[in-house]
Amino acid sequence: MIEILLYATIKAGTPLLFATLGAIIMERSGIINLGVEGLMLVGALTGFSVAYTTHSLFLGVMAAFFASMAAGAIHGFICVYLRGNQIVSGLSLTMFGIGITSLFGRSAVGLTIHGFDRTPIPLLSKIPVIGQAVFNHDVLVYFSVALVVCIHLFLYKSRWGLHLRSVGENPAAADTSGVNVNLYRFSAVLIGSGLAGIGGAYLSLAYTPFWVENMSAGRGWIAVALVIFAQWNSTRALAGAYLFGGINAVQLRMQAMGTSLSPHLLMMLPYIFTIIVLIFATMRLEKGSTPEPEALGVPYDREDRK
Amino acid sequence: MKKIVMSAILASFLLLFGCSKKKEEEVKVPADTGKEIKAAFVYVGPVGDGGWTFAHDLGRQVMAKLPYVKDVTFIESVPEGAESTRIITSLAQKGYNLIFTTSFGYMDPTIEVASKFPDVVFMHCSGYKAAENVGTYFGRIYQPRYLSGMVAGKMTKTNIIGYVAAFPIPEVIRGINAFTLGVRSVNPDAVVKVVWTQTWFDPAKERDAADSLLDVKADVITMHQDTPAPLQAAEKRGAYAIGYNSDMAAQVPGAWLTAPIWNWGSIYTQVAEQVHNGTWKSEQLWYGLEHNLVDMAPMSKLVPEDVQALVNEKKAQLASGNDDIFTGPIKDNKGNVAVEEGKSLTDAEKLSMNFLVEGVQGSIPE
Repeated sequence: MIEILLYATIKAGTPLLFATLGAIIMERSGIINLGVEGLMLVGALTGFSVAYTTHSLFLGVMAAFFASMAAGAIHGFICVYLRGNQIVSGLSLTMFGIGITSLFGRSAVGLTIHGFDRTPIPLLSKIPVIGQAVFNHDVLVYFSVALVVCIHLFLYKSRWGLHLRSVGENPAAADTSGVNVNLYRFSAVLIGSGLAGIGGAYLSLAYTPFWVENMSAGRGWIAVALVIFAQWNSTRALAGAYLFGGINAVQLRMQAMGTSLSPHLLMMLPYIFTIIVLIFATMRLEKGSTPEPEALGVPYDREDRK
Repeated sequence: MKKIVMSAILASFLLLFGCSKKKEEEVKVPADTGKEIKAAFVYVGPVGDGGWTFAHDLGRQVMAKLPYVKDVTFIESVPEGAESTRIITSLAQKGYNLIFTTSFGYMDPTIEVASKFPDVVFMHCSGYKAAENVGTYFGRIYQPRYLSGMVAGKMTKTNIIGYVAAFPIPEVIRGINAFTLGVRSVNPDAVVKVVWTQTWFDPAKERDAADSLLDVKADVITMHQDTPAPLQAAEKRGAYAIGYNSDMAAQVPGAWLTAPIWNWGSIYTQVAEQVHNGTWKSEQLWYGLEHNLVDMAPMSKLVPEDVQALVNEKKAQLASGNDDIFTGPIKDNKGNVAVEEGKSLTDAEKLSMNFLVEGVQGSIPE
């Protein structure tokens, strides 16, 4: 039973993980993106449509990445180069995503594709319990975990990562030291949006291989919240995404097994955890160290530099 | 300057998407002429959901073909509650004289708005509150649910059938009970396990719920949800699938058995005609197989012919008006007598059903 629960947890957490990682990259550069929900939908529809026409799931994922990147570029352009209000731009990006996917998705409703199958990892998948739960997923799950490691290494072990973080913390200082603030921010929005799109494509290519309007069902918003839960840290994002995905998987299975614990109670748990994490984060804040990028949500204009 | 440009761009975005969903009509037609129909539909989901709202929209399209129906608009994905009050009010203000609100959660908002617009006819789907100008309508979908339960009962090998259910409201509970009674009428050993998703629309969660039922050895999956996700889960694991709302056979060919389905067009044309003729009066319509408002999707080749014959025989009986589905003796799943022998539940009792019959494994969440 444990292995089934673990398996379902990882699977349910994966779309959240992609989207959260994308949002972390963006917010690390100082750009808030409330358009994640819309980007996920763009990714889900594009991924599905391309996979349906080309019969290639790989092309579907690539298309999802680039389409969401293009949609995210609108947000990037407004926030980075026009120095617009990031909240308003992000919200309209979500509305844009919902609207445009509803419009172009009409003809895709009711079509089906053969989604990603499990790809067991040789040897490792033979380990009892863990093998089936962790090493017998589809390739996108492995990719998402690899991404967590890559993003962590990128942020903390590479010069580019350092630049990205400095742009999010203090763009004026970064600018002074010769970092191209706008380029870093815009690139972060592009990459981050693309990842959110893959999160959406995971839904339409692996989880439930079909398209229906609004199929992300609020996961983009959970991802935005998970960024705070994860304290802008990719490894904690993994824990957060699996926690949110896992609670859901567990409560459904507890019902199926006939346990009488209230599902409402279980559904509350992730939010209680979020509150606890926020309390701890604020307590640390008083000690002077905050994980939130200092310049988050603040447009940077060299002319305004003080 | 740049800020102004940006605001203008954003404002135009907002305008564009704010208006894209409704088709507005400027001319106000007084409702009391009763000749021309300007109808509006309020939907809980997107018309592209392939399920509940999709089925209603097919009905709307049938009604739109009537010659005296001048305008039929719809607003989709309207959240239940305060937001719906605002939407329904704005439709009434715009001069729509026949408004259909197609989800249970619109009940109180519909009654509230209707009291302010006595000349507008409101029809609320699946609720129990009516008023002078508010009628209710719904279908006895529990009849085809019972029939699909018979199919499930005959097809299961493990004697465990999984039921993915949305919210514990009477409509869903009635469906589970009718289905289970159908199952047990042909297979008294089978049980129906229920998992509540607490959502009408979340494909991934619906799929997960079906998977959790398949994990506990269910080999037939049915659902009270709006997307084919639970059915796909069944097909993937080699189990059978019984759908809901519309015929989804093409999407899960390897698993599809049948489905209880809706034909909303019949009732929408009837109401439009009555309003047009001035013969409409507030009623609580609850039509079944006899009016063709509900039906069974054709049973697939996976269902053996003798089972099909058995089910069709029962269907003919129900369609003739002899509905004995909720006729006693019926026990609830805690062992108490729910319906005594020789008695039948009244429509009011069916509409407020709040117990699960014997054979259902699961409980109604508080």
